[in-house]
Amino acid sequence: NMTSKYFKNQWNSEIFELKAELNNEKKEKRKEAVKKVIAAMTVGKDVSSLFPDVVNCMQTDNLELKKLVYLYLMNYAKSQPDMAIMAVNSFVKDCEDPNPLIRALAVRTMGCIRVDKITEYLCEPLRKCLKDEDPYVRKTAAVCVAKLHDINAQMVEDQGFLDSLRDLIADSNPMVVANAVAALSEISESHPNSNLLDLNPQNINKLLTALNECTEWGQIFILDCLSNYNPKDEREAQSICERVTPRLSHANSAVVLSAVKVLMKFLELLPKDTDYYNTLLKKLSPPLVTLLSGEPEVQYVALRNINLIVQKRPEILKQEIKVFFVKYNDPIYVKLEKLDIMIRLASHANIAQVLAELKEYATEVDVDFVRKAVRAIGRCAIKVEQSAERCVSTLLDLIQTKVNYVVQEAIVVIRDIFRKYPNKYESIIATLCENLDSLDEPDARAAMIWIVGEYAERIDNADELLESFLEGFHDESTQVQLTLLTAIVKLFLKKPSETQELVQQVLSLATQDSDNPDLRDRGYIYWRLLSTDPVTAKEVVLSEKPLISEETDLIEPTLLDELICHIGSLASVYHKPPNAFVEGSHGIHRKHLPIQHGSIDTGESPVSAGPAASIDQPQVIPSQGDLLGDLLNLDLGPPVNVPQGSSMQIGAVDLLGGGLDSLVRRMYREHSFLWFVKVWLPAVKAKGLEISGTFSRRQGHMYMDMSFINKALQHMTDFAIQFNKNSFGVIPTTPLAMHTPLMPSQSIDISLPLNTIGPVMKMDPLNNLQVAVKNNIDVFYFSTLIPLSVFFVEDGKMERQVFLATWKDIPNENELQYQIKECHLNADTVSGKLQNNNIYTIAKRNVEGQDMLYQSLKLTNGIWILAELRIQPGNPNYTVNARSKEIDRLQNAFDIVQNIFKDILHP
Amino acid sequence: MIGGLFIYNHKGEVLISRVYRDDIGRNAVDAFRVNVIHARQQVRSPVTNIARTSFFHVKRSNIWLAAVTKQNVNAAMVFEFLYKMCDVMTAYFGKISEENIKNNFVLIYELLDEILDFGYPQNSETGALKTFITQQGIKGQHQTKEEQSQITSQVTGQIGWRREGIKYRRNELFLDVLESVNLLMSPQGQVLSAHVSGRVVMKSYLSGMPECKFGMNDKIVIDKQGKGGTTDEPGKSELGGSGKQSIAIDDCTFHQCVRLSKFDSERSISFIPPDGEYELMRYRTTKDIILPFRVIPLVREVGRTKLEVKVVIKSNFKPSLLAQKIEVRIPTPLNTSGVQVICMKGKAKYKASENAIVWKIKRMAGMKESQISAEIELLPTNDKKKWARPPISMNFEVPFAPSGLKVRYLKVFESKLNYSDHDVIKWVRYIGRSGIYETRC
Repeated sequence: NMTSKYFKNQWNSEIFELKAELNNEKKEKRKEAVKKVIAAMTVGKDVSSLFPDVVNCMQTDNLELKKLVYLYLMNYAKSQPDMAIMAVNSFVKDCEDPNPLIRALAVRTMGCIRVDKITEYLCEPLRKCLKDEDPYVRKTAAVCVAKLHDINAQMVEDQGFLDSLRDLIADSNPMVVANAVAALSEISESHPNSNLLDLNPQNINKLLTALNECTEWGQIFILDCLSNYNPKDEREAQSICERVTPRLSHANSAVVLSAVKVLMKFLELLPKDTDYYNTLLKKLSPPLVTLLSGEPEVQYVALRNINLIVQKRPEILKQEIKVFFVKYNDPIYVKLEKLDIMIRLASHANIAQVLAELKEYATEVDVDFVRKAVRAIGRCAIKVEQSAERCVSTLLDLIQTKVNYVVQEAIVVIRDIFRKYPNKYESIIATLCENLDSLDEPDARAAMIWIVGEYAERIDNADELLESFLEGFHDESTQVQLTLLTAIVKLFLKKPSETQELVQQVLSLATQDSDNPDLRDRGYIYWRLLSTDPVTAKEVVLSEKPLISEETDLIEPTLLDELICHIGSLASVYHKPPNAFVEGSHGIHRKHLPIQHGSIDTGESPVSAGPAASIDQPQVIPSQGDLLGDLLNLDLGPPVNVPQGSSMQIGAVDLLGGGLDSLVRRMYREHSFLWFVKVWLPAVKAKGLEISGTFSRRQGHMYMDMSFINKALQHMTDFAIQFNKNSFGVIPTTPLAMHTPLMPSQSIDISLPLNTIGPVMKMDPLNNLQVAVKNNIDVFYFSTLIPLSVFFVEDGKMERQVFLATWKDIPNENELQYQIKECHLNADTVSGKLQNNNIYTIAKRNVEGQDMLYQSLKLTNGIWILAELRIQPGNPNYTVNARSKEIDRLQNAFDIVQNIFKDILHP
Repeated sequence: MIGGLFIYNHKGEVLISRVYRDDIGRNAVDAFRVNVIHARQQVRSPVTNIARTSFFHVKRSNIWLAAVTKQNVNAAMVFEFLYKMCDVMTAYFGKISEENIKNNFVLIYELLDEILDFGYPQNSETGALKTFITQQGIKGQHQTKEEQSQITSQVTGQIGWRREGIKYRRNELFLDVLESVNLLMSPQGQVLSAHVSGRVVMKSYLSGMPECKFGMNDKIVIDKQGKGGTTDEPGKSELGGSGKQSIAIDDCTFHQCVRLSKFDSERSISFIPPDGEYELMRYRTTKDIILPFRVIPLVREVGRTKLEVKVVIKSNFKPSLLAQKIEVRIPTPLNTSGVQVICMKGKAKYKASENAIVWKIKRMAGMKESQISAEIELLPTNDKKKWARPPISMNFEVPFAPSGLKVRYLKVFESKLNYSDHDVIKWVRYIGRSGIYETRC
């Protein structure tokens, strides 16, 4: 190709000219030539062949020229390691220059030359510069340590540079302190357990002093570092907060956000409802609002963070909803974030304004924004019951606009509204059906089909409507196919006479003509159900659905807590933990909110201590799962004499899965061990009677603590309770002591004493308990899992000698090993916590720096379990080896014990 | 920390590329161009993650500035740094344009080397930088030893924004209270949201290292003084603040020269000012705002091809004061074919390219009212999309602070030099401008 060849030649001749100019006698000419080289380098041209000529220009007393040469060196040294050596002498010499600006320039540049051979020559000059009399040189040398660490970490440690860096924290110059803190913080990220920063009260005090004096950037480094500190008690936490609070008035938004991060973290440690605590909460709101008057990019970062803060502590901004109203000229990314926060802050008090705003937004131009606004209206309806009617009528207005994507979005949210408020708004179905033809998105089609199926008995031509979807069945998305299948089966169960043909058609499409396994399986299940037992089919398919949750899109609580620790950083912008987007060792270490010490009697989980978390933690039931929800009932296993509700399945999933938090309504604390109060018998399954409860062990006795709530309209009397035979022979010691009738919307709490002298029958899972409760209305059944820890008896401490002998006696195949991850407790705390739950420490040994704990526990039925816990310093993962003679009798008990260890050790 | 910094022109050609970290390769430069600058869709976020690399960008006219990182950096800091970099460049060579950047690329590299070390932002106060980074090359070789250490101690020192030894024959300072008043009003005249964001901008030409104290009619301070019963308020009404009325400030932020801990504990604003112009503080108020103008819109659709618009504006301040540069912008539908306008005052024009009727009035006194009527002809259209009816917006400038803020005093102390507070000539000015001042119609 002639042209490219031409350019190549031209470039070669340019290089040739540059070479000549670089060797020109006149200094000015040389400088101009180096400038040209840098310009070429910037646009990505390869000027590496000029390396020797450029380096020749380095020996100069002209600082500007020197800087340009250094810039070149930093870019190309790596590709020309042998020639880069030529520069070493010059660096060493410059580090001795009388002018501090030149000394700093040299130490700054040499750290950027990533050539192994050179690095070792730089240690001595760096050592000197770290002790330089001039603070400007020292602050530059501090950063150079971080640079060197990135190239050769081992060398930096061997040379003792980390100690020198630590000494700089006590430097008299605030900027030196700030840079040392920045360097140490970054280095320590790659050694999460090394405690490099050595944060102790003295050092913290130094940092707080430097905070008042250094540049805005230095303040950010220091605040970010402070946020990793765990104050030893609430007094220390408060005094740090007091000294950090003034930063909230800084003009730099990053200083403000980093201060907010420190305060949000330390708030966890402060006693609630004290004056100071409340004042601090109040102080957080104005600076957050002020961030929204900054430039749009900073607004975006602030909004992403506020989104986290309002989930963690909604009280901070609950009065400020107006500042999140969208401005016409806001960039789209600001608009979308504001909308999200508006919905989170929407409440009965402000709903009228919010709705008026949302209605405006729904007529804007940006498609994403409009869709989100429509969705928001639906969410308001679900969140604030009083507004539901207005929301529905607004949505109907929007459907009348016939703007395609608005209509589709509206139909999706209306489906959810139907779910939340059954039997209220179905009158609008006719209007919805008019828009059937315009729906081309799977979500909207599925929503519409669901509505038609669910309310088939009220829609005269439901069969025609559903049939119209059937024509292109195989072109539909899986979601639509599944919904359509279920909808037609529902229709058939409601109007069997006219729709037999239709249901056969859909079943054959799903089972015979489809290669999607989900669709086929569901098709077959329906088919068999319908052909064997239509009555059960009706019960299953048309069963009542659980109500939809109020809040959607909530960030899972443990992730939320982690993200709060990252306020201001990219993680808080992405709403992802750092390891989701950072490679290598940086940021892999997970951060946790600090835990309040000795706060057992607060009655709240320390991790999610926010009032929101405890007061009305919404029950999150994923709204998408409703179709599967229909089918869950089928998994109950072989029918037994005791009819079981679906609550049993949910209970079982709970204990073993990690999704506890979401289903938790209230939390309970017994001793130091947490168990969760769960709804055992939902009101919809028991004609208005709701039972929730938990098990506990107090002073050597087991109790079943229950709340009975009457959600029906008539009073309830004649309560009695009975257990089925179970693995541990658990029976009530006394009859149920309910002497007064339970009035509508009244609740009674009862503590039922239990013992283990009843008949035994092995259950699966082992700790399963089936319960029957009777009242004047009916008999109800539910099953639940008893936390094994209530079976751990007080005399579970084995003699040392017996322990040793037993341990040896048990064959190796009766041993199970597992890990407890991310546990930051020391051996003594672990031992104490376990002991509170009747798991006793028999002996403690220290082997090669590891702590070994030997534990024993005894179950009410006399089974012993022995365990060995290995704790390595700095490693948050503990290894547990558990053994038991009766392993065959226990089977999955080990799994459960493993979970108990986890639960006890993870408060 | 920041791994690299790139500046592009509007075509995506790279003008400046400075890489600080080894994990950022040359391909990062291209990744940003392809995925963001050349992206078909409008920018959906100022932060973009491409192949586990995060790009932060801001735009100044048609120049893109992008910071790149592979770590979990402090995102707010990165943006603040980018803004700061724009300030520094503007202070050195004026407008950020392709030409200026190309002409000053050596200087920019020098600055980037100084204000960002291994991706850690360093002192970026222009006042300090200008003492040793100049367009004539570094002064280094001509400086005495004392000068050198003065530079380094200033750059790293507690008062990094001011150098020692400044001298003026006349000690003078100018104080501007600049407010932008924001409003969102419903068509029925209900205030949906209103706030003032204000700035106190100072130009100080003072000798030595003066200690300054600034006072305003902050409700918290006034109430405290009222309780304490102190009558001799320092420098009462000295700078023309007359009304006794105080204002509730929702929140304020300060230039880094202000001692924040002192403000936190005593609510007093004391500082050693930078030399020349800078922004002392920003504040926000939401209570008792004086809304200088009220806009009353009336839009009527006459059939499918005609709109009738009538807009009344009323000025709401002392009749002796004059508002200036008044502009009312009335949006028109995209399918507008023609417009007829009649206005009582000023000039009005339909600007097809901006889809709006722009009505301009040079001056208007307080407690007056004016009106415009327009007939908008529309082309028949099949477009199903409804016209979004953007709000009517307004621009203006008034010679008072809509928040009601008054400067009570600004005291200057310089113990070492031979001048006192009385010798300093002080000027105070209040300017209220429209921010986003919109009325829905």
